[in-house]
Amino acid sequence: MIDLRQVSKTFRKQDELVDAVREITLTIAQKEIVAIIGPSGCGKSTLLNMIAGLYPPSSGAILYKGARVSDVNTDVGYMTQKDNLLPWRTVRDNVAFPLELAGVAKAERAARADQVINHVGLDGFAHRYPHELSGGMRKRACLARMLIYGAETVLLDEPFAALDAQLKLAMHDLLLKLAAETEQTVVLVTHDLMEAVTLADRVLVCTRRPATVALEQHIGLKRPRDVLNVRFTNEFKELYDTLWERLRVEYHEDRV
Amino acid sequence: MTAPDTETTSGGFRGEVANVGVPALGGGFMVVCQVALGVVILLLWQGASGRLVDNFFISNPIDVGRRLLDWIADGSLFIHIWATVYATVLGFIVGSIGGVALGIWLGVSPFTSRLLNPYLNALNALPKVALAPLFVLWFGLGIESKVALAAVLVLFLVFLNTYAGVREVDQDLIDGARLMKATRTQVITKVIIPSAMSWVFAGLKISVPYALIGAVLGEMIAANRGLGYLVQFSGSQFDSAGVFAVLIVIALLAVALNFIVEFVQHRMQQWRVVGR
Repeated sequence: MIDLRQVSKTFRKQDELVDAVREITLTIAQKEIVAIIGPSGCGKSTLLNMIAGLYPPSSGAILYKGARVSDVNTDVGYMTQKDNLLPWRTVRDNVAFPLELAGVAKAERAARADQVINHVGLDGFAHRYPHELSGGMRKRACLARMLIYGAETVLLDEPFAALDAQLKLAMHDLLLKLAAETEQTVVLVTHDLMEAVTLADRVLVCTRRPATVALEQHIGLKRPRDVLNVRFTNEFKELYDTLWERLRVEYHEDRV
Repeated sequence: MTAPDTETTSGGFRGEVANVGVPALGGGFMVVCQVALGVVILLLWQGASGRLVDNFFISNPIDVGRRLLDWIADGSLFIHIWATVYATVLGFIVGSIGGVALGIWLGVSPFTSRLLNPYLNALNALPKVALAPLFVLWFGLGIESKVALAAVLVLFLVFLNTYAGVREVDQDLIDGARLMKATRTQVITKVIIPSAMSWVFAGLKISVPYALIGAVLGEMIAANRGLGYLVQFSGSQFDSAGVFAVLIVIALLAVALNFIVEFVQHRMQQWRVVGR
């Protein structure tokens, strides 16, 4: 589904060259949920931006369904920590935005938007503006928008980092439910190991900048997962410890 | 350029000063005080005129009032007011449309905006009043040259604000729309323009007084009607009462324009056009 072949990215910051990503080779299968974890500012987001086609890699190639990503990849939905809702539109108009862009008639737009809004648990908030919603509700609106757009692949860049623990759990639950229903492929970037293990089929540990894959861990926890209780199983604990063992190295090197 | 939501020149002085321990008084009482102050000033003016200062320089309230009444009686004042209002409004409309269009166009075309940058800077730095003789040459002595001067003052203010607003648009919102298959036109109409709206309105708001300045200045330079012409004409006749009379009318006109701007802005906020 998504193929990264020896992908590297170098940025120019003033006169300095910064290696953000170095020679990452990675294959993500359809319907797979992959979590990429690593220290903050290690180039994980760069990776997602390149999969989304927002900018090209400096070397190597990214293939999406066999075709090289050379322009904006409109098959993906992208969600960042900052929810990119349009502040002058109500939740309904935000959720219906992809349909509006596609030229769907107004009545149908509203009906379909309301349906999805209810599905993500935002019933009664369709006429509210984003600034009137809590952080969690805005995330729900973003998920609803991706749902209505029908993205096959969802790129998530620390989407729930700003939420408190309880809300995070609720969002994890919703995300897994939606991904299972729509058979989406999910690429999740996070620095929260708990989140990574809870959600993913596979966790990749990234090194500090420039990012390379240090460890790849298959997560065999059965689905559907109970996002609250899964973390108390022994299996979860073993996986968590293995990953943390590798991840802490990156954080330790940071301190020296 | 002016950031939205900040009180600027046109906001005017509202007497909102720090509370230094003076007890707050009712609004009605303050109005009485303000009127009383006005009366005192008029009395002082009347008293000083001819005694402390020559009547030739400062005239006096009674003469000024009489002059206003004469002009109202023969209807000439309204012809002048209308000419000025007409040039102000038309100049404002032409300048706003031009400024918004230019701001959006250059805002979304990085190459062109970099290309034109030094020229626009030079034009912006140029005192626009200096263009007046050129406008008279091009558009004649009629209303068109006043409209042009008002428009050019408004255009640059609105342009700079619109441009800043467009450049200020969150790139993530644009990327988000593009990922959802938005075309370039859709990105401009559905993301960039609505997002820049509050900046555009801030620009429109501050440029209203400048439209009036442009119209009056244009009339002072070459015209046969309008308040600018009237103040110029009165001055050249050494008619200080006439000059003061026109100044009062211009001040009232400026206050009225400010009031309209406040009203429109209030309505806009109700419609959530100027929202976050």
